[in-house]
Amino acid sequence: MKVQVIVRLKHGVLDPQGKAVEKSAKKMGFNEFSNFRIGKIIEFETQLPEKDAIEKAKKLANKLLANTVIESFEVKIKE
Amino acid sequence: MARLKFGIIVFPGSNCDYDAYHAIKNVLQEDAYFIWHNEKNLNNPDCIVIPGGFSYGDYLRCGATAKFSPAMEEILNFAEKGGLVIGICNGFQILTEAGLLPGALLRNRDLHFICKEVYLKTENKNLAFTNRIPDRAIKIPIAHAEGNYFCDHETLKELKENNQIVFRYCNENGEVSDNSNPNGSIENIAGIVNKRGNVLGMMPHPERAMEEVLGNTDGIYFFKSIVAHFKG
Repeated sequence: MKVQVIVRLKHGVLDPQGKAVEKSAKKMGFNEFSNFRIGKIIEFETQLPEKDAIEKAKKLANKLLANTVIESFEVKIKE
Repeated sequence: MARLKFGIIVFPGSNCDYDAYHAIKNVLQEDAYFIWHNEKNLNNPDCIVIPGGFSYGDYLRCGATAKFSPAMEEILNFAEKGGLVIGICNGFQILTEAGLLPGALLRNRDLHFICKEVYLKTENKNLAFTNRIPDRAIKIPIAHAEGNYFCDHETLKELKENNQIVFRYCNENGEVSDNSNPNGSIENIAGIVNKRGNVLGMMPHPERAMEEVLGNTDGIYFFKSIVAHFKG
């Protein structure tokens, strides 16, 4: 089973990377897209049953994968 | 009085450890020694320095992995007992990741790695780290890509109420404005201290501005403050 942790910058936290990408997109003519935000996807595998996997992955995300001062995260099971 | 003991933590990827060592040992003429990140024994320091660099490569986030090292666990205990802890640059990032200081350091607002001298206004001169800093703006170098200090409104309010904002980026005349903000930090914050006043984090590098030959000696006021704190 694959676990996916999506880490996003919280609302209100400046995302200079997102801004830079937005600028480039606009320059290329993609004017209909705005508010770009860049996050991270962290994937890993486990043999744990789904419920335990989610619980443990959340613990790991809280401790290491995300800095909850500036980031929020979401844990998903793939497959 | 005997020489003060400064313990400098060395992580894989630290690169300002020798700068700090040289500044303390040869310029300040106090004692300095290295503590490898796997060590649990801090060897009774008067002050801990967490130097700049790229601890553990900063692969996940700056300072994210360093906070779990054995030495850091001991530093939490040391700080808890009131011991003086300084985090410079990557050291500041590690202190926020470890929860010893509030907030976080984001990418600079223009995404550039900035390496230049900046001016700092010292907002709180009643600290072990600042009591000998003159009233004028001091000039200290910065060298970072992630020095954009961020915290939520509630935390900012607390920082202000408790006088925890120590340094702000300013111009040569000590005026704090967006023009003097190199990286987008909230309210030009360059350095903060914990509530108790014994743990300080700052992005600028005082240890790199200690000698005439380097063209700038303003950093020495910072270290002399610590000496004065202990020796009067």
